[in-house]
Amino acid sequence: MRAAVVVFPGSNCDRDMAVALRAAGADVTMVWHKDASLPDGVDLVAIPGGFSFGDYLRCGAIAAQSPICRAVVAHAGRGGYVLGVCNGFQVLAETGLLPGALMRNSGLKFICKTVDLIVQTSDTAFTAGYQAGQAIRLPVAHHDGNYTVDPDMLARLQGDDRIAFRYAQPLNGSVEGIAGLVSDNRRVLGMMPHPERAVDVGHGGTDGQALFRELVAQVVAA
Amino acid sequence: MKARVYVMLKTGVLDPQGEAVRHALGSLGFDGVQGVRQGKLIELDLADGTDEAVIAQMCDKLLANTVIESYRIEVL
Repeated sequence: MRAAVVVFPGSNCDRDMAVALRAAGADVTMVWHKDASLPDGVDLVAIPGGFSFGDYLRCGAIAAQSPICRAVVAHAGRGGYVLGVCNGFQVLAETGLLPGALMRNSGLKFICKTVDLIVQTSDTAFTAGYQAGQAIRLPVAHHDGNYTVDPDMLARLQGDDRIAFRYAQPLNGSVEGIAGLVSDNRRVLGMMPHPERAVDVGHGGTDGQALFRELVAQVVAA
Repeated sequence: MKARVYVMLKTGVLDPQGEAVRHALGSLGFDGVQGVRQGKLIELDLADGTDEAVIAQMCDKLLANTVIESYRIEVL
Protein backbone atom coordinates (compact mmCIF):
# COMPACT_ATOMS: atom_id res chain seq x y z
CA MET A 1 0.00 0.00 0.00
CA ARG A 2 1.37 3.39 -1.00
CA ALA A 3 0.70 6.30 1.30
CA ALA A 4 1.57 9.98 1.12
CA VAL A 5 1.79 12.19 4.21
CA VAL A 6 1.20 15.88 3.50
CA VAL A 7 3.49 18.39 5.22
CA PHE A 8 2.39 22.01 5.67
CA PRO A 9 4.36 24.75 7.38
CA GLY A 10 3.31 24.14 10.99
CA SER A 11 2.50 20.43 10.69
CA ASN A 12 3.90 18.65 13.73
CA CYS A 13 2.45 15.13 13.64
CA ASP A 14 3.68 14.32 10.14
CA ARG A 15 6.58 12.11 11.22
CA ASP A 16 4.47 10.29 13.82
CA MET A 17 1.93 9.60 11.08
CA ALA A 18 4.63 8.25 8.78
CA VAL A 19 6.02 6.03 11.56
CA ALA A 20 2.56 4.62 12.31
CA LEU A 21 1.85 3.91 8.65
CA ARG A 22 5.26 2.31 8.05
CA ALA A 23 4.83 0.13 11.15
CA ALA A 24 1.58 -1.11 9.60
CA GLY A 25 3.40 -1.99 6.37
CA ALA A 26 2.72 1.04 4.19
CA ASP A 27 5.25 2.50 1.78
CA VAL A 28 5.27 6.18 2.82
CA THR A 29 6.29 9.30 0.89
CA MET A 30 6.22 12.77 2.42
CA VAL A 31 4.74 15.45 0.14
CA TRP A 32 5.15 19.22 0.52
CA HIS A 33 2.19 21.60 0.44
CA LYS A 34 3.50 23.31 -2.69
CA ASP A 35 3.56 20.06 -4.66
CA ALA A 36 0.76 20.19 -7.21
CA SER A 37 0.47 16.43 -7.59
CA LEU A 38 0.69 13.28 -5.52
CA PRO A 39 3.25 10.54 -6.24
CA ASP A 40 2.02 7.97 -8.77
CA GLY A 41 0.01 5.09 -7.42
CA VAL A 42 -0.81 6.58 -4.04
CA ASP A 43 -3.67 4.73 -2.33
CA LEU A 44 -3.93 6.80 0.83
CA VAL A 45 -3.22 10.44 1.63
CA ALA A 46 -2.75 11.24 5.30
CA ILE A 47 -3.14 14.83 6.49
CA PRO A 48 -1.44 15.10 9.86
CA GLY A 49 -2.03 17.19 12.95
CA GLY A 50 -0.35 20.44 13.78
CA PHE A 51 -0.98 24.12 13.25
CA SER A 52 -0.80 24.52 9.49
CA PHE A 53 -0.07 28.13 8.54
CA GLY A 54 -0.28 29.09 12.19
CA ASP A 55 -4.05 28.49 12.24
CA TYR A 56 -4.35 31.91 10.56
CA LEU A 57 -7.86 32.97 9.50
CA ARG A 58 -9.39 29.64 10.64
CA CYS A 59 -7.79 26.29 11.48
CA GLY A 60 -7.06 24.53 8.20
CA ALA A 61 -8.44 27.33 5.99
CA ILE A 62 -5.17 28.33 4.33
CA ALA A 63 -3.95 24.75 4.01
CA ALA A 64 -7.20 23.81 2.27
CA GLN A 65 -6.30 26.24 -0.53
CA SER A 66 -2.76 24.92 -1.03
CA PRO A 67 -1.72 23.26 -4.32
CA ILE A 68 -1.42 19.81 -2.72
CA CYS A 69 -4.97 20.02 -1.41
CA ARG A 70 -6.32 20.40 -4.92
CA ALA A 71 -4.56 17.12 -5.70
CA VAL A 72 -5.99 15.55 -2.52
CA VAL A 73 -9.52 16.60 -3.48
CA ALA A 74 -8.99 15.07 -6.95
CA HIS A 75 -7.61 11.89 -5.33
CA ALA A 76 -10.71 11.64 -3.12
CA GLY A 77 -12.88 12.27 -6.17
CA ARG A 78 -11.32 9.21 -7.81
CA GLY A 79 -12.29 7.12 -4.78
CA GLY A 80 -8.88 7.35 -3.09
CA TYR A 81 -8.50 7.01 0.67
CA VAL A 82 -7.83 10.07 2.82
CA LEU A 83 -7.16 10.18 6.55
CA GLY A 84 -7.17 13.54 8.33
CA VAL A 85 -6.22 13.68 11.99
CA CYS A 86 -6.73 16.73 14.22
CA ASN A 87 -5.60 19.69 12.09
CA GLY A 88 -5.94 17.25 9.17
CA PHE A 89 -9.64 16.87 10.03
CA GLN A 90 -9.98 20.65 10.11
CA VAL A 91 -8.32 20.84 6.68
CA LEU A 92 -10.72 18.21 5.27
CA ALA A 93 -13.72 20.13 6.63
CA GLU A 94 -12.39 23.32 5.05
CA THR A 95 -11.92 21.62 1.66
CA GLY A 96 -15.50 20.37 1.82
CA LEU A 97 -14.44 16.72 1.57
CA LEU A 98 -16.21 16.28 4.92
CA PRO A 99 -19.32 18.20 5.99
CA GLY A 100 -19.55 20.53 8.98
CA ALA A 101 -16.95 22.64 10.74
CA LEU A 102 -14.70 22.51 13.80
CA MET A 103 -15.18 25.43 16.15
CA ARG A 104 -13.38 26.60 19.29
CA ASN A 105 -13.83 24.10 22.17
CA SER A 106 -16.90 25.03 24.20
CA GLY A 107 -14.76 25.40 27.34
CA LEU A 108 -12.33 27.64 25.37
CA LYS A 109 -9.33 25.66 26.65
CA PHE A 110 -6.80 23.66 24.68
CA ILE A 111 -7.46 20.05 25.66
CA CYS A 112 -4.48 17.71 25.83
CA LYS A 113 -5.21 14.33 27.39
CA THR A 114 -6.05 10.73 26.63
CA VAL A 115 -9.78 10.17 26.32
CA ASP A 116 -12.23 7.30 26.01
CA LEU A 117 -13.88 6.92 22.63
CA ILE A 118 -16.65 4.64 21.49
CA VAL A 119 -16.22 3.19 18.01
CA GLN A 120 -19.54 3.71 16.22
CA THR A 121 -19.12 1.57 13.13
CA SER A 122 -16.77 -1.11 11.90
CA ASP A 123 -18.04 -0.61 8.36
CA THR A 124 -15.12 1.46 7.06
CA ALA A 125 -11.60 0.48 6.05
CA PHE A 126 -10.38 2.67 8.92
CA THR A 127 -12.47 1.07 11.66
CA ALA A 128 -12.73 -2.54 10.44
CA GLY A 129 -10.24 -3.55 13.12
CA TYR A 130 -12.66 -2.52 15.88
CA GLN A 131 -16.13 -3.61 16.92
CA ALA A 132 -19.01 -1.15 16.87
CA GLY A 133 -19.56 -0.15 20.50
CA GLN A 134 -15.96 -0.91 21.45
CA ALA A 135 -14.32 1.51 23.90
CA ILE A 136 -10.80 2.62 22.99
CA ARG A 137 -8.43 5.22 24.42
CA LEU A 138 -6.63 7.75 22.23
CA PRO A 139 -4.91 11.07 22.97
CA VAL A 140 -6.51 14.36 21.95
CA ALA A 141 -4.66 17.67 21.69
CA HIS A 142 -6.75 20.46 20.23
CA HIS A 143 -8.24 23.89 20.75
CA ASP A 144 -10.80 23.69 17.96
CA GLY A 145 -12.46 20.30 18.03
CA ASN A 146 -16.02 21.38 18.67
CA TYR A 147 -17.69 19.72 15.68
CA THR A 148 -20.80 21.39 14.37
CA VAL A 149 -23.06 20.55 11.46
CA ASP A 150 -26.57 21.52 10.43
CA PRO A 151 -29.43 19.27 11.63
CA ASP A 152 -30.20 17.90 8.16
CA MET A 153 -26.62 16.78 7.58
CA LEU A 154 -26.41 15.40 11.12
CA ALA A 155 -29.47 13.24 10.39
CA ARG A 156 -27.78 12.01 7.20
CA LEU A 157 -24.55 11.21 9.04
CA GLN A 158 -26.51 9.20 11.58
CA GLY A 159 -28.80 7.54 9.04
CA ASP A 160 -25.91 6.53 6.79
CA ASP A 161 -23.78 5.21 9.67
CA ARG A 162 -21.04 7.75 8.93
CA ILE A 163 -20.08 8.63 12.50
CA ALA A 164 -16.88 6.70 13.16
CA PHE A 165 -16.03 7.71 16.75
CA ARG A 166 -17.75 9.49 19.61
CA TYR A 167 -16.30 10.77 22.86
CA ALA A 168 -17.46 8.56 25.73
CA GLN A 169 -17.82 11.69 27.92
CA PRO A 170 -18.61 15.26 26.83
CA LEU A 171 -15.28 16.86 25.90
CA ASN A 172 -15.35 19.91 23.68
CA GLY A 173 -18.96 20.69 22.85
CA SER A 174 -19.07 18.54 19.69
CA VAL A 175 -22.59 17.88 18.48
CA GLU A 176 -23.60 14.34 19.54
CA GLY A 177 -20.08 13.90 20.89
CA ILE A 178 -18.77 13.33 17.37
CA ALA A 179 -15.00 12.74 17.34
CA GLY A 180 -14.67 11.41 13.79
CA LEU A 181 -16.73 10.79 10.67
CA VAL A 182 -16.41 9.42 7.17
CA SER A 183 -17.41 10.72 3.76
CA ASP A 184 -20.36 9.51 1.75
CA ASN A 185 -18.21 6.85 0.04
CA ARG A 186 -16.64 5.93 3.43
CA ARG A 187 -13.10 6.47 2.10
CA VAL A 188 -12.35 9.80 3.74
CA LEU A 189 -12.05 9.81 7.54
CA GLY A 190 -11.57 12.91 9.66
CA MET A 191 -10.99 12.55 13.39
CA MET A 192 -9.79 14.82 16.18
CA PRO A 193 -8.12 12.11 18.36
CA HIS A 194 -4.62 10.96 17.42
CA PRO A 195 -4.41 7.25 16.53
CA GLU A 196 -0.76 7.73 15.47
CA ARG A 197 0.08 8.65 19.06
CA ALA A 198 -1.11 5.26 20.29
CA VAL A 199 0.71 2.66 18.22
CA ASP A 200 3.60 1.66 20.48
CA VAL A 201 3.71 0.48 24.09
CA GLY A 202 6.09 3.38 24.65
CA HIS A 203 3.21 5.73 23.82
CA GLY A 204 1.29 4.44 26.82
CA GLY A 205 -1.33 2.76 24.65
CA THR A 206 -1.71 0.87 21.38
CA ASP A 207 -5.40 1.36 20.60
CA GLY A 208 -4.52 3.23 17.40
CA GLN A 209 -2.69 0.25 15.88
CA ALA A 210 -5.83 -1.47 14.62
CA LEU A 211 -6.76 1.56 12.54
CA PHE A 212 -3.50 1.55 10.57
CA ARG A 213 -3.21 -2.23 10.41
CA GLU A 214 -6.71 -2.77 9.01
CA LEU A 215 -6.51 0.23 6.70
CA VAL A 216 -3.33 -1.11 5.10
CA ALA A 217 -4.76 -4.64 4.96
CA GLN A 218 -8.03 -3.54 3.35
CA VAL A 219 -6.37 -1.31 0.77
CA VAL A 220 -3.89 -4.06 -0.17
CA ALA A 221 -6.77 -6.56 -0.49
CA ALA A 222 -8.87 -4.17 -2.62
CA MET B 1 -10.32 51.07 -3.41
CA LYS B 2 -10.84 49.57 -0.03
CA ALA B 3 -13.45 47.19 1.25
CA ARG B 4 -14.26 45.79 4.65
CA VAL B 5 -15.57 42.31 5.20
CA TYR B 6 -17.31 41.55 8.48
CA VAL B 7 -17.39 37.86 9.32
CA MET B 8 -19.70 36.68 12.09
CA LEU B 9 -20.89 33.33 13.34
CA LYS B 10 -24.37 32.69 11.99
CA THR B 11 -27.33 33.34 14.23
CA GLY B 12 -28.04 30.17 16.14
CA VAL B 13 -24.43 28.99 16.13
CA LEU B 14 -23.23 29.10 19.72
CA ASP B 15 -20.32 31.50 20.20
CA PRO B 16 -18.29 30.30 23.21
CA GLN B 17 -15.82 33.18 22.93
CA GLY B 18 -18.60 35.78 22.91
CA GLU B 19 -20.13 34.08 25.95
CA ALA B 20 -16.80 34.25 27.79
CA VAL B 21 -16.50 37.97 26.99
CA ARG B 22 -20.07 38.53 28.23
CA HIS B 23 -19.23 36.83 31.54
CA ALA B 24 -16.04 38.88 31.88
CA LEU B 25 -17.96 42.12 31.32
CA GLY B 26 -20.43 41.05 33.99
CA SER B 27 -17.66 40.34 36.46
CA LEU B 28 -16.24 43.84 35.79
CA GLY B 29 -19.55 45.23 36.99
CA PHE B 30 -21.08 46.07 33.61
CA ASP B 31 -24.64 45.02 34.23
CA GLY B 32 -27.18 44.43 31.54
CA VAL B 33 -24.89 43.00 28.85
CA GLN B 34 -27.34 40.47 27.48
CA GLY B 35 -25.26 39.05 24.69
CA VAL B 36 -21.85 39.31 23.03
CA ARG B 37 -21.00 37.99 19.59
CA GLN B 38 -17.40 38.06 18.47
CA GLY B 39 -16.42 38.17 14.83
CA LYS B 40 -13.69 39.31 12.44
CA LEU B 41 -13.11 42.45 10.46
CA ILE B 42 -11.00 41.99 7.34
CA GLU B 43 -9.81 45.06 5.40
CA LEU B 44 -9.05 44.58 1.72
CA ASP B 45 -6.96 46.93 -0.39
CA LEU B 46 -8.22 46.27 -3.91
CA ALA B 47 -7.64 47.39 -7.49
CA ASP B 48 -10.04 50.22 -8.32
CA GLY B 49 -13.28 49.03 -9.83
CA THR B 50 -13.20 45.56 -8.26
CA ASP B 51 -16.70 44.18 -8.53
CA GLU B 52 -18.49 43.46 -5.26
CA ALA B 53 -19.40 40.07 -6.71
CA VAL B 54 -15.69 39.25 -6.84
CA ILE B 55 -15.35 40.20 -3.16
CA ALA B 56 -18.28 37.90 -2.42
CA GLN B 57 -16.39 35.08 -4.17
CA MET B 58 -13.37 35.80 -1.95
CA CYS B 59 -15.66 35.47 1.06
CA ASP B 60 -17.28 32.25 -0.13
CA LYS B 61 -13.98 30.61 -1.07
CA LEU B 62 -11.75 31.70 1.78
CA LEU B 63 -12.58 34.60 4.06
CA ALA B 64 -15.65 33.02 5.64
CA ASN B 65 -16.59 29.42 6.32
CA THR B 66 -20.21 29.63 5.23
CA VAL B 67 -21.03 26.42 7.11
CA ILE B 68 -20.92 28.42 10.34
CA GLU B 69 -20.25 32.03 9.38
CA SER B 70 -22.03 34.80 7.53
CA TYR B 71 -20.35 37.87 6.07
CA ARG B 72 -21.18 41.43 5.13
CA ILE B 73 -19.22 43.46 2.58
CA GLU B 74 -18.76 47.21 2.90
CA VAL B 75 -17.13 48.97 -0.05
CA LEU B 76 -15.47 52.18 1.13
